[in-house]
Amino acid sequence: MKRSFYIPLAIFVALVVFLAIGLTRDPREVPSPLIDKPAPAFALSRLDTPEQVFTPKQLAGKVWLLNVWASWCVACREEHELLVAFSKAGLVPIYGLDYKDTRDDALGWLKQFGNPYTAAAFDQDGKVGIDYGVYGVPETFVIDKTGTIRYKQIGPITPDVLEHTILPLVRKLNA
Amino acid sequence: MLRLLQALAALILALAGLTCAAREALPVGGDEALEHRVMMLAEQLRCLVCQNQTIADSHADLAEDLRNQIREQMRQGASEQQIKAYMVARYGDFVLYQPPFKATTVVLWSAPALLAIGGALWLFVYLRRRAARLEAAGAQEEEGLDDDAIGEGGA
Repeated sequence: MKRSFYIPLAIFVALVVFLAIGLTRDPREVPSPLIDKPAPAFALSRLDTPEQVFTPKQLAGKVWLLNVWASWCVACREEHELLVAFSKAGLVPIYGLDYKDTRDDALGWLKQFGNPYTAAAFDQDGKVGIDYGVYGVPETFVIDKTGTIRYKQIGPITPDVLEHTILPLVRKLNA
Repeated sequence: MLRLLQALAALILALAGLTCAAREALPVGGDEALEHRVMMLAEQLRCLVCQNQTIADSHADLAEDLRNQIREQMRQGASEQQIKAYMVARYGDFVLYQPPFKATTVVLWSAPALLAIGGALWLFVYLRRRAARLEAAGAQEEEGLDDDAIGEGGA
């Protein structure tokens, strides 16, 4: 066989490799441009005590999780049990960002399903969510001691992600 | 009985029309020029929830929020460039419908043109060689190739 016979075959194989890699990617998981950038500043009233303000500055020096959730979000229930159990372990504080919700619904939801949050901020119009590049709920951010975002979880936290991605990262950041 | 059924059918069909109350974007404050500019920019941005739609087309809550953001910022005098930069800073390059021309997208932008030009060049060279080969073969067997030449000429 002439050498040129193999050229179309080689092109085809190269194409198959690219397409196969493409099939493993999920277009829903848009990579965040905020990784390794400072967590956007905000000042929101707390969910439970509206007179008090919550801002990320208060958490400088600590590694913490910011969990974006809402009472109307069905997928949030998938991760909630895991979050509540995880919060009891006390390894890293979890703060909630209640996204485009009503206070009553949100508080009722927490009462019913458990409250993993050290505190929750009330983002009624979703503006803070936009600053964090939130496009679906739930989403979770891992933020380090300098207030820099180190990881963004899109969608519910699964036990696998918690054990193999989030926990090791938290340990590394706490070291 | 038939009359009754007909009336009932007519009533049901008439009520079905109520479900077609499409949710249109409400014109805000009647500022048509601003709305037009908002939509022109919104059509260049991707809705991250319904990823095959623009922020202008999508009915997702996020799309509405982002349209409001665009409107607010335009009211405060932000330029298209600034608003796009705002969006990209929060959502990444994927939010732009036209991928920016960067080091990571050079292949994406140039590949079609390169492939077309490369393919055309290759074809040109190949046809040249083939013509030269046939000429050489024809010079050697001028007699014997006559019958074949008729076929070649026709092609």
